[in-house]
Amino acid sequence: MRADLLTDAVDGLDEALAAVDGFDEALVGGLLRPRPGQADGPAGLADAVAGSPLASRVAEAAEKAAAGAAGEDHFVALAAARTALLGSVHDALTARIEEAVDRPRAEESGAAPGGGEEHAANLRTAARSWLCDLARAGWQGIDHELVGGAAPVVSAMLPDPALRRPATLLDGFAAELAASCPGATLERVPVRRWADLWSRALLLTLPGASAAPAVTEVSGRLLPLGVDVQEHATAVQAQVHAVFEPADGGASRLVRASVSAPKPDTVVGAGLWQLLRPHMSLLGAVGEGRAVELDAMPLTAEGDLLWDDARARTGEPAEVFTTARVALPTAPAFPTAPLDRHPARIAVPVLLEGYAVEKEDDGTVAFEVAGRRLAVDTDRVPAAGPLTPEAVASSGACVALLRWDAGEFLLQPLAVERTVRKKAVAVHAGAWAGGTTDKAGVRAEKAATDAVKVLRERAGRLLRK
Amino acid sequence: MRVVPSARPRKLAKVPFVELADGRLQGVVSSGSDIGRVYVSSVEAGTYAFACSTNNNRPCGGARGWFCNHIRALIGEAVLQYGAERVARYLKVEVAEEPDADAVTDAMTATRPAQGDRSAAAQVFSRFLRHLAYLELEPTTAPLPEMQWFPTTRAVA
Repeated sequence: MRADLLTDAVDGLDEALAAVDGFDEALVGGLLRPRPGQADGPAGLADAVAGSPLASRVAEAAEKAAAGAAGEDHFVALAAARTALLGSVHDALTARIEEAVDRPRAEESGAAPGGGEEHAANLRTAARSWLCDLARAGWQGIDHELVGGAAPVVSAMLPDPALRRPATLLDGFAAELAASCPGATLERVPVRRWADLWSRALLLTLPGASAAPAVTEVSGRLLPLGVDVQEHATAVQAQVHAVFEPADGGASRLVRASVSAPKPDTVVGAGLWQLLRPHMSLLGAVGEGRAVELDAMPLTAEGDLLWDDARARTGEPAEVFTTARVALPTAPAFPTAPLDRHPARIAVPVLLEGYAVEKEDDGTVAFEVAGRRLAVDTDRVPAAGPLTPEAVASSGACVALLRWDAGEFLLQPLAVERTVRKKAVAVHAGAWAGGTTDKAGVRAEKAATDAVKVLRERAGRLLRK
Repeated sequence: MRVVPSARPRKLAKVPFVELADGRLQGVVSSGSDIGRVYVSSVEAGTYAFACSTNNNRPCGGARGWFCNHIRALIGEAVLQYGAERVARYLKVEVAEEPDADAVTDAMTATRPAQGDRSAAAQVFSRFLRHLAYLELEPTTAPLPEMQWFPTTRAVA
């Protein structure tokens, strides 16, 4: 890996992010009424997309926003411009990564999105109107009443699988805002983050934005690389990154398989695995270190397998580091869908070897790769697993997701190899995904089982009265 | 970056639901004597005005003039779930560094808080039911790209 390319400046990045930041700053105070200096943010965004097909709509929206007279269409146009800019940042960073890891380039599939029928239009309209009220109030203007407005929309959306994406996003976003109320006394505002969530949610309210993707059915062997876990108080998702080898002898590809579930906020740690485990046999295979044979499994143009246990069979043992050394270098990723292009989406599996470990007193870890320092985000490793920051710090090889956050590339460890008594021993972040015999793990599993049992008992007694 | 750290694991048998919301510490406490009954308890931030009643809106016998055992249990479990510091900050309780549940409770009772009205109980109970309903929702294997904004974290509240 050419680490130098990851620490060198990317042309145009600062300018694009400055335009984004300018607009984000306007959302802090809100766009309800004109205020001195408020015009700059939206105008900067309009300037940045002046050479694009969005130009005239965004220019008009910026003008209205500066005057405190923006309507829903104007907010949508501004969110679209912001998304387009961050999409260009995503593209520049992805190109840089492809150069650095020197893997075959992902060809554009040009796949059309699936059916874009107007599903549950009233709920999307309600979500849009809540998001526009947020933009008018600004982060400093939020209160419990305003934030609480999301709850009925989320409750109505969650049971519908077709609305899971906007529902899960709005739920996590609203919970964060609620924990930060009232905005007037907020000491620190996560300015870019909330603007990200806001614009993302706003675009998801548009028809077709989260439509079911087109799929092809694939058969062959799946070699897991590791598990990435994402969670907020009331949702969890596990994503397995893997190399797929088609049975027809075609080229290998990098793919993902995801499973997610809404959850009560008291289900945490090992409880997350318990929720997800019954719905994706792949988690068990990952825990056991095995490959999986796929038979006509649906695959999207973005490289997401739409998992169905009936089309999967656990196969031979497959060692992650062998996969990373042998299969990963020739497996290109699928291109990201246009709307999903965002730096936060970047998660590229990489293998690192022969690095020096830098460990600070505060516990932060970095790898020195080919003379360049790459930060390691050990906090992003699931707590219900054996991969600790200490294990990362004493490792000699690492399979990680290469990410980008707050201006720098980061490594999120999926697995490490350590030398114990002259033998290489692998430690996996997702080792407990399928269950565990580890003492601490068993205790955590038991506590999580009990928690869910209590909640189910309470639900059985109180919910259907 | 996570704005809200995830809850710490705790036993749920006694207090199945706790939250810091709507300007209150509020939650649901299982009755010690009747498995079909729960108490809806709350303490308001700032004033510490407290309320406790059953899910059928009968007043709690213990919460006359002072914090009943349900409210004390609620505070204890909130401290387990969120950490004493976050609970104290939300309720606007002035306590020494590294407080515990007793310190938070004592600091509130020392101000001789008034009994609040029970009008919020129905809303708290319905929030508890909404919370339980999350268990009934089907998991999905369609990807949720938006979850990339919510990485897991080893840090807890």
